[in-house]
Amino acid sequence: MKDTDIKRLLYTHLLCIFSIILSIFIPSFFLENFSILETHLTWLCICSVFVTAVNLLLYLVVKPNASSKRSSLSYKVTRFLKCCIYFLMSCFFFHVIFVLYGAPLIELVLETFLFAVILSTFTTVPCLCLLGPNIKAWLRVFSRNGVTSIWENSLQITTISSFIGTWLGAFPIPLDWERPWQMAIERKYKMCTSLYVCTRHGASHCPQVWPISCTLGATFGYVAGLVISPLWIYWNRKQLTYKNH
Amino acid sequence: MQKISVLLFLAWVCFLFYAGIALFTSGFLLTRLELTNHSSCQEPPGPGSLPWGSQGKPGACWMASRFSRLVLVLIDALRFDFAQPQPSHSPGEPPVSLPFLGKLNCLQRILEIQPHHARLYQSKADPPTTTMQRLKALTTGSLPTFIDAGSNFASHAIVEDNLIKQLASAGRRVVFMGDDTWKDLFPGAFSQAFFFPSFNVRDLHTVDNGILEHLYPTMDSGEWDMLIAHFLGVDHCGHKYGPHHPEMAKKLSQMDQVIQGLVERLENDTLLVVIGDHGMTMTGDHGGDSELEISAALFLYSPKALFPGAPPEVSRFLHTYSAAAQDLQVKELHRLQTLFNKASADYQRLLQRPQGPEAALQTVITELQQFLRGVRAMCIQSWARFSLGRMAGGAALMAAACFLCLLVSQWATSPGFCFRPLLTLMACGLAGTIVCAGLLTTTGLKLDPVVLGAMAAAGSLLPFLWKAWAGWGSRRPLVALLPIPGPVLLFLLIRFAAFFSDSFVVAEARATPFLLGSLILLLIAQLHWEGKLLPPKLLTIPRLCFSASTGPPRHNGTHALGLGVGLLLCIRLAGLFHRCPEETPACHSSPWLSPLASMVGGRAKNLWYGACVGALVALLAAVRLWLRRYSNLKSPEPSVLFVRWGLPLMALGTAAYWALASGADEAPPRLRALVAGASVVLPRAVAGLAASGLMLLLWRPVTVLVKATTGAPRTRTVLTPFSGPPTSRADLDYVVPQIYRHMQEEFRGRLERTKSQGPLTVAACHLGSVYSAAMVTALTLLAFPLLLLHAERISLVFLLLFLQSFLLLHLLAAGIPITTPGPFTVPWQAVSAWALMATQTFYSMGHQPVFPAIHWHAAFVGFPEGHGSSTWLPALLVGANTFASHLLFAVGCPLLLLWPFLCENQGPRKRWQPLGRNEAEARVRPEEEEEPLMEMRLRDAPHHFNAALLQLSLKYLFVLGIQILACALAASILRRHLMVWKVFAPKFIFEAMGFIVSSVGLFLGIALVMRVDGAVSSWFRQLVLAQQR
Repeated sequence: MKDTDIKRLLYTHLLCIFSIILSIFIPSFFLENFSILETHLTWLCICSVFVTAVNLLLYLVVKPNASSKRSSLSYKVTRFLKCCIYFLMSCFFFHVIFVLYGAPLIELVLETFLFAVILSTFTTVPCLCLLGPNIKAWLRVFSRNGVTSIWENSLQITTISSFIGTWLGAFPIPLDWERPWQMAIERKYKMCTSLYVCTRHGASHCPQVWPISCTLGATFGYVAGLVISPLWIYWNRKQLTYKNH
Repeated sequence: MQKISVLLFLAWVCFLFYAGIALFTSGFLLTRLELTNHSSCQEPPGPGSLPWGSQGKPGACWMASRFSRLVLVLIDALRFDFAQPQPSHSPGEPPVSLPFLGKLNCLQRILEIQPHHARLYQSKADPPTTTMQRLKALTTGSLPTFIDAGSNFASHAIVEDNLIKQLASAGRRVVFMGDDTWKDLFPGAFSQAFFFPSFNVRDLHTVDNGILEHLYPTMDSGEWDMLIAHFLGVDHCGHKYGPHHPEMAKKLSQMDQVIQGLVERLENDTLLVVIGDHGMTMTGDHGGDSELEISAALFLYSPKALFPGAPPEVSRFLHTYSAAAQDLQVKELHRLQTLFNKASADYQRLLQRPQGPEAALQTVITELQQFLRGVRAMCIQSWARFSLGRMAGGAALMAAACFLCLLVSQWATSPGFCFRPLLTLMACGLAGTIVCAGLLTTTGLKLDPVVLGAMAAAGSLLPFLWKAWAGWGSRRPLVALLPIPGPVLLFLLIRFAAFFSDSFVVAEARATPFLLGSLILLLIAQLHWEGKLLPPKLLTIPRLCFSASTGPPRHNGTHALGLGVGLLLCIRLAGLFHRCPEETPACHSSPWLSPLASMVGGRAKNLWYGACVGALVALLAAVRLWLRRYSNLKSPEPSVLFVRWGLPLMALGTAAYWALASGADEAPPRLRALVAGASVVLPRAVAGLAASGLMLLLWRPVTVLVKATTGAPRTRTVLTPFSGPPTSRADLDYVVPQIYRHMQEEFRGRLERTKSQGPLTVAACHLGSVYSAAMVTALTLLAFPLLLLHAERISLVFLLLFLQSFLLLHLLAAGIPITTPGPFTVPWQAVSAWALMATQTFYSMGHQPVFPAIHWHAAFVGFPEGHGSSTWLPALLVGANTFASHLLFAVGCPLLLLWPFLCENQGPRKRWQPLGRNEAEARVRPEEEEEPLMEMRLRDAPHHFNAALLQLSLKYLFVLGIQILACALAASILRRHLMVWKVFAPKFIFEAMGFIVSSVGLFLGIALVMRVDGAVSSWFRQLVLAQQR
């Protein structure tokens, strides 16, 4: 394993982090009243688009995995379509998981779905870029002794840390610190005290707070993973021996 | 011997925890000191003379009375908005159709016609808003305390100075009619009384009709000075139907007529007071401090015009109390005293100049109000006073017990473990403490039993801790001390920390399923990570050698994934039955928690009834299917016969009882007696059946079918008694002939000796699941009476409970390796998941750890007429209702150990299936040696079996123990927190009760497994004897 590889990894990761930072600041030039907390859903969409774009770009430029043998156009198109379908499926899958974990079933569907989209962006999109629409390869990467390159290793770390961040992001939900991103907004809107249930006057009257802590958690987890994985690989570069190298 | 020592040790560990809990509780929950001083007319309340001196006037005491007679109508749970006058609607608006609004028309009429003769107030009731506390507060003028809340249905006489006693001692004739709570509160104080039973909250009419029968005749007779009528109908209607039911409108209209009748009969010197003692929530309950519960109506009317005011007697009370109790803060007391002195001086000055300015009067009033508020605040502060030493001692004891559980559960798995030192250590400690306690008592020191118990516990703990300390540094590394794997430790830590935040305690109903779901996903992810979830060939790169590190997977991947998703789904579905805590007003409790009787629509009711019966049948079918699957249904043993015939009978009884309970009011009058009789008999019959089933199970717990054929040639290949080729798969599956061989080998020596006699072949079916079959049967038998205590629709939760514990057991079994000869262990994640699931089900059954949320209905299942004076039976019923999930999961805890062995036969079964065609070859193939022994593996190593049971129960106790420890620590650290009486203290009490129930259940479960083990041993012995003959 060469140090140049690790350097490339670090630069790509820095670019990803940069794209997230851009998604926070750029829209405020074009949109009025834009802020992460107040217009959270817009930010979610923008962030998702930015991160996806950067990931695709990096995939095309860096080409971390060996180029596939066939490169006909039709093959590429089917591959791309397959990737899209996989992405959508993962969004729905995450949505179902969130509902099973206690997210509201009927109310706030859009919020939950966008949360699923952003989590898919942080986890599924890098997988698709690196491994392609190949479930077996995914399963291999996410098992013990399954990684075969530093790219896959970093993919493992960022994905797992995104999940952990999302999970930790659920913890502030019951607290009543009366932060704007939390549920207790009684002073402003008397009818919405619980995060999930804004029933009395319908969900539309409430400022949407539901996925904020979780999406922020996912973002922080993703960023942390991006920072940690090159460092971790650099630290353990002596011990890491990949089977196919 | 080993079994007894395991049980003894467990009992001792439980005792340690109990002693800790008791010590902590005695320091944490203090009661208020009750003063027995009484005021009298001879001592005026304050310095100086009173404005309206009583001198000369007959019948007057400190002040002259304005009304010579009083009619007090106490309508239980009369919320303010029940009595509030309704504005007349403008013609365009539709009229408000809530059944409780605007039904007390006569109040409105009087307020409009005679505004100077009547007043309507909103009175604020001090929580806890239970009837007895409110009666105490109304008649003594004092504050109700937390501890009193528990004794709602077993009230005792008031020893403090109170209104009724004063009136009686002044020679007034007090006539009472209504709620018999007054009988206990004021024994012998009434000149005439008509008491009616109050405990049966389902009975709307007995008390009210009884009062109406006596009210007007008594009033007309004129032999009274104060007439109290306590109506319970509104309260009971709220409990039974909720305020939004048409029945409430009927009840309030009846009350309206009563008030109207009283107003017509009132004489000029009489005051009529209509008061509600508390309000009710949207669901008709009360007890807490939500706005709806504390708002009550107060209505005053007299044919004579109403009123001026009077100064209080609070200062003297404060003085006396501080002298008697010495627990009020001296500084605050001093401040209040000066405030009062100033106020009374001002008052005196004001009195001397009757034409003084308005402003002076205002200052006096504000000063007095300030004084009263200060006194109130100080009393609240002081009556929740703690004994820090006891709290710390209790917490330390619990922590030490937890540590002990951890330590011994680790010892139990080590290879050189034996039981004897445990017992000797324990016995040494106990004996030493008893001697010490004896010495102490002989020397005349009087000791609290609580302190004594705690001392015994601590004393017997000391040898253990010393031994642990001694063996610390040399042999054990520090890592081994914390045997819990990292992720599970994290989960336990999160759970521990969550008890310290009131938000998390309030949100526990949501947080527990979240944690449980996370744990399940973690388990699946771990399985995948270890490569056990998917067969290695799916992982395409051949260079990776998976099979070297792990054995072949016992389950395929979709199986485990399906289990996980099913579990998550079950948990989510069970979450639909949550009841909301009071602190989240926007949250709406599940409408499915109320009994079917409160539903109005007929069609929906029938559908729900169908669903409930369906759940019942499904539960029954699932259990029978499971037993048939492991084929414990074929045995002719009485307990199996009971499962086959008694269980459906119980289900039938339950369904019939639900039908009666939900439609009792619609029954034609002819059948009323029959319905009433049946609703008494049916629940008792179901409970009796369950009890007899459990007895049968204890008597003959071995559910195996023995097929014996004499004279068959005894060769090594003939293993089954079937004459032809086995035609059905069942024959192949269920007969476990290798058990026989195993048995043979075990007793080979004896058999060799008796070879001369005729050879005998015995095939014992389904011996492999004998332990878990007994456990499952016992759990089902337990579940039915518990199910009956809940509202009908909770039966769906019971179904989910069985389903999800089944799925969890399967999932866990996939991850637990079977170590055939060696020590058996149950991993920590299994135990934690089990404990989490118990908590989650507690919430899914519609409970919350607060007192108003207790399902009091449960006390009337089988006892619709109430219980008379006994309190333990209703307490038992309500407790069984509240802690049903704790009990079931604790009793079922040994399943965690048994299940991996049970799942063992799944792999080989698949291999057996295609071999039906040439079974003769199949039987002699050497693979048969691997044919599942299942739970008989446990019997092979009785020492390890007992050690594993001990270890399992200690682990479970540890997980429960850190919960109660966290609750205790939270309650003591946050004892000045705003939410301590509302969140932390009730949580601690519920958790402590849950711990006690769980530990008892665990003990019973372990004892049941041991009983089965003993029975299996004796069964083997009999078999051998029969062969020897």
